[in-house]
Amino acid sequence: MAAWTLIIIAVLTVAGYIVGRTRAQALVQGGTTSLHSLPSYHGLLLASMGFAAAALAALVVSLVGSPNTLLMPAAASLLGSAAIAATYPRISGSFRARNSFESLVKVVLIACSAVAILTTIGIVFSVLFESIAFFREVSPFEFLFGTHWAPTSTPASFGFIPLLVGTLLITLVAILVAGPLGLLSAIYMAEYASRNLRSVLKPLLEILAGVPTVVLGFFAALTVAPLIRNTGEGFGLAVASESALAAGLVMGMMIVPLISSLSDDIINSVPQALRDGSYALGATRSETIKRVVLPAALPGIVSAFMLAISRAIGETMIVVMAAGLAANLSFNPLTAVTTITVQIATLLVGDQEFDSAKTLSAFALGFVLFCFTLILNYVALRTVQKYREQYD
Amino acid sequence: MTDAFIAKRYRSERMFRAYGAVALAIAVLFLVYLMVDIAIKAWPTFFEKSVSLSITLDPAKVDKANLAQGDFSALLKDAMRAQFPEVTERADKKQIAGLLSVGAADDLRDLTVSDPASIGTTIKVDALLNDSANLYLDGNVGSSGLDEKEQGFLNALHGKGLIQSHFAIRFFTAGDSREPELSGLRGAITGSLLTLLVTLSLSVPLGIAAAVYLEEFAPKNKWTELIEVNINNLAAVPSIIFGLLGLAVFINFFGLPRSAPLVGGLVLALLVLPTIIIASRAALNAVPPSIKEAALGVGASHQQAVFHHVLPLALPGILTGTILGVARALGETAPLLMIGMVAFIVDVPKGFTEAATVLPVQIYLWSDLPEVAFQSRTAAAIIVLLLILFSFNAVAIYLRKHFERRW
Amino acid sequence: MDASIKKVKSILGPRILNQRDVKIIAKDVNVYYGEKHAIKHLSIDIPDRAVSAFIGPSGCGKSTFLRTINRMNDTIPGCRVTGDILVDGKDIYDRSLDVVQLRAKVGMVFQKPNPFPKSIFENVAYGPRIHGIAKSKTDLEEIVVNSLKKAGLFEEVKDRLDHPGTGLSGGQQQRLCIARAIAVNPEIILMDEPCSALDPIASARIEELIDEIRQNYCIIIVTHSMQQAARVSQLTAFFHLGDLVEFGDTDNMFSTPRDKRTQDYITGRFG
Repeated sequence: MAAWTLIIIAVLTVAGYIVGRTRAQALVQGGTTSLHSLPSYHGLLLASMGFAAAALAALVVSLVGSPNTLLMPAAASLLGSAAIAATYPRISGSFRARNSFESLVKVVLIACSAVAILTTIGIVFSVLFESIAFFREVSPFEFLFGTHWAPTSTPASFGFIPLLVGTLLITLVAILVAGPLGLLSAIYMAEYASRNLRSVLKPLLEILAGVPTVVLGFFAALTVAPLIRNTGEGFGLAVASESALAAGLVMGMMIVPLISSLSDDIINSVPQALRDGSYALGATRSETIKRVVLPAALPGIVSAFMLAISRAIGETMIVVMAAGLAANLSFNPLTAVTTITVQIATLLVGDQEFDSAKTLSAFALGFVLFCFTLILNYVALRTVQKYREQYD
Repeated sequence: MTDAFIAKRYRSERMFRAYGAVALAIAVLFLVYLMVDIAIKAWPTFFEKSVSLSITLDPAKVDKANLAQGDFSALLKDAMRAQFPEVTERADKKQIAGLLSVGAADDLRDLTVSDPASIGTTIKVDALLNDSANLYLDGNVGSSGLDEKEQGFLNALHGKGLIQSHFAIRFFTAGDSREPELSGLRGAITGSLLTLLVTLSLSVPLGIAAAVYLEEFAPKNKWTELIEVNINNLAAVPSIIFGLLGLAVFINFFGLPRSAPLVGGLVLALLVLPTIIIASRAALNAVPPSIKEAALGVGASHQQAVFHHVLPLALPGILTGTILGVARALGETAPLLMIGMVAFIVDVPKGFTEAATVLPVQIYLWSDLPEVAFQSRTAAAIIVLLLILFSFNAVAIYLRKHFERRW
Repeated sequence: MDASIKKVKSILGPRILNQRDVKIIAKDVNVYYGEKHAIKHLSIDIPDRAVSAFIGPSGCGKSTFLRTINRMNDTIPGCRVTGDILVDGKDIYDRSLDVVQLRAKVGMVFQKPNPFPKSIFENVAYGPRIHGIAKSKTDLEEIVVNSLKKAGLFEEVKDRLDHPGTGLSGGQQQRLCIARAIAVNPEIILMDEPCSALDPIASARIEELIDEIRQNYCIIIVTHSMQQAARVSQLTAFFHLGDLVEFGDTDNMFSTPRDKRTQDYITGRFG
């Protein structure tokens, strides 16, 4: 039935167009009337009226619950033809078909833009709704300040702190790796590299940025983690096979291109006049960068770091594959820790009943994650906006 | 200003520059190491090992009237054991036969079905070996899991020149399987295709429409500013949150089928939408206002100026942004795990509402499996994914270079 | 040295030369920006302890030549300089020359004031810091205060030295930039249209300053305003399309120019 309905809607649309256009053309033929709008617009208007009515009818019928009967195509054809018939008499010389059509187009465009808002609302509501359900079973206090996370055991405990610590630990390792590497790379490419070198390096970094996180997770789990473990044992240290260090290292490399490209933009936007002033005083390039360019670019660079941290906190696959599942409350990067995203993933993968606290806790975690990254992103954007203002 | 002081300044200049170069080198080396490591791991998967056997298609075992039910497995096992007439122990004989893959029988069946005339004749067949044998023959003595006897048998076969190595087209034509040597990407690639189709057909029109409205028609008031802030935020929301959205709204509320390309495509469309909007807006913005003004000047309406003049000129940029957005969607895993794409799915999905998996999820699932042979399969799947992504990006870069206009 | 003294004498006349030594000598200098020949066969001798003004219509090479003297053209890719430029008899384009030290000796003030986004104190202290000129904190403070005094800015900012330099007015910012340049003890100060972004009162203040400090430095000022050149300089050079047309005593140049092109420019026929 769905296929038939689609065919009917298509036919109505095309028919509406032909009918409208022919009529408008016929009016002009006699030489007695002149049209405000081109015949094609009359056609388009009828076509869109037909389409809108038919599609709407089909949608309503399918939502109300009987999509598989003759009702859907019947309703579509009925309302579609009615709409076309209703608009047809309006075709005349003075009818502003183009304006009507363009108003329709505008409505459609606005609706498309609204999807963005709808998405955010959808996210907030869905996550919030389930989180509220969760907090009815588990007190927010116990969640936010609890130090024991064991949602699958009986009795289950939902202490968030180990997850927070694990997330922050891995993020810290990542930033310690990515910060210097990303910033120094950006400085080199912006200030020292020749155009040819830049044209080779920039694409390479973009390739690194484009590697899917599942690939990085595989690499982290199968190559980096054993490597770190063996090296550590060579030094006599006890390294877990899923150490925070391994996950953090690979995650750091993942965000190097992010920090590098953002910092590159920021550094390039520092006015050349400042550099000229410094060179004219006899400063070397590194002195100019360290004492003039970087301090001037600082707000932008801080903002870049914040965005990178936000990205690291929200990253899932690398940690799912390379970090642990056990919620250890540990600050040692050589141990296995778990993160917020890993727990969301493990709690929701597989069959779940939507009423259990276990499943709902994942949504609560999602809510916390969403808020966290939202705030970080917002502060980062405001910082870079304020920074741009001083140079424009 | 002493000479020593100046020398110190220049030395610090050289060190600083060196730090930058070293940082870049580390990043590049990491990328190279990553690629090489995965390529090396993936290599064995593309060449499956089989043993060349002479099989007599005994009509007693293979009935012409009932080909599909023929006991091809027995034929193969007998042929294998025939290579070692000196072996008498039952356990050993079992081991010899066990070196074959269970899929070898299916291969033989397919071969015979396509050529029924061969029944009664003796044909030469390349019988696929199991994953452990493959591992061993690739050089992984320790991790293959074969004991010394089995290794001995394989060495003997190798000595007789009976071990063949073929390009494993099976990797692309077969669906998923519990047996590593039989597992393929067909299901995952089909699933990815279907999902991307849904994503594209939703996010591209919506994205371009929204971008056109926001860039060209929206009045500058607090509502449009709100939408803009929204879009910027959504572009930076972690992808797993979109998975939560998909789970709670599409699956739980609307009751759409789990693990279907339709739902996956919907979730990815929402994920990619902000990126497409932002890229399209930038492309529209880059078109000089003089063109729009010229159109308005000859009496075109605002919409006509935008749709007939501005949009076509912005199209290359929009296209590039779209391709890059879709490439990102292709590599997304976390949100799809949330909507249920974690099942072991053998069949190739035929519609948008059948359970399916996508390439990155397949990679994740395989990487979790215990059999050592799956490590190489995973790496090979990664290579396929990376090649697809690479070609997407290459197309985008080509388009950008070819159609880019310098205003 | 004798030959160049003779040549300069022939252009300037004995009176001026006796009072001043030659600081900068340019011999057959050509500057190319890629294919574009920006400065053509320029030879000029610029005396010390005087203000020399470079005038001429836009794009005629005045600023380009200025930037060759402190090798700021090195920062522009594709820029090529041939010929000799000697400061105190030493070729500044020689391979062994340390550009960093050259630029400490040859200061520059730019068209648009470009104070660093640091405090007023730090702006002036920047140069002495990187060159290691100050031996102690008090030494540095003294240098900063003296420079600000010489630039005529100290009184206005003495109680807000820790305020950002970008918070000053345009004219004050430019004087800050002059103080910054003076702080490293240059011998030559190059000024590239220093007043073009300033209002008349601020401009007048800068011109006053230039007059006050010219006893101690060789100053070259590029200016679009002939009146400014007449007010502020002792010697004037007229550039046209990359050529040095005329160079001589300011009063003479404006009253009795020798070249017709100079005459046309001064009387406003073009530019």
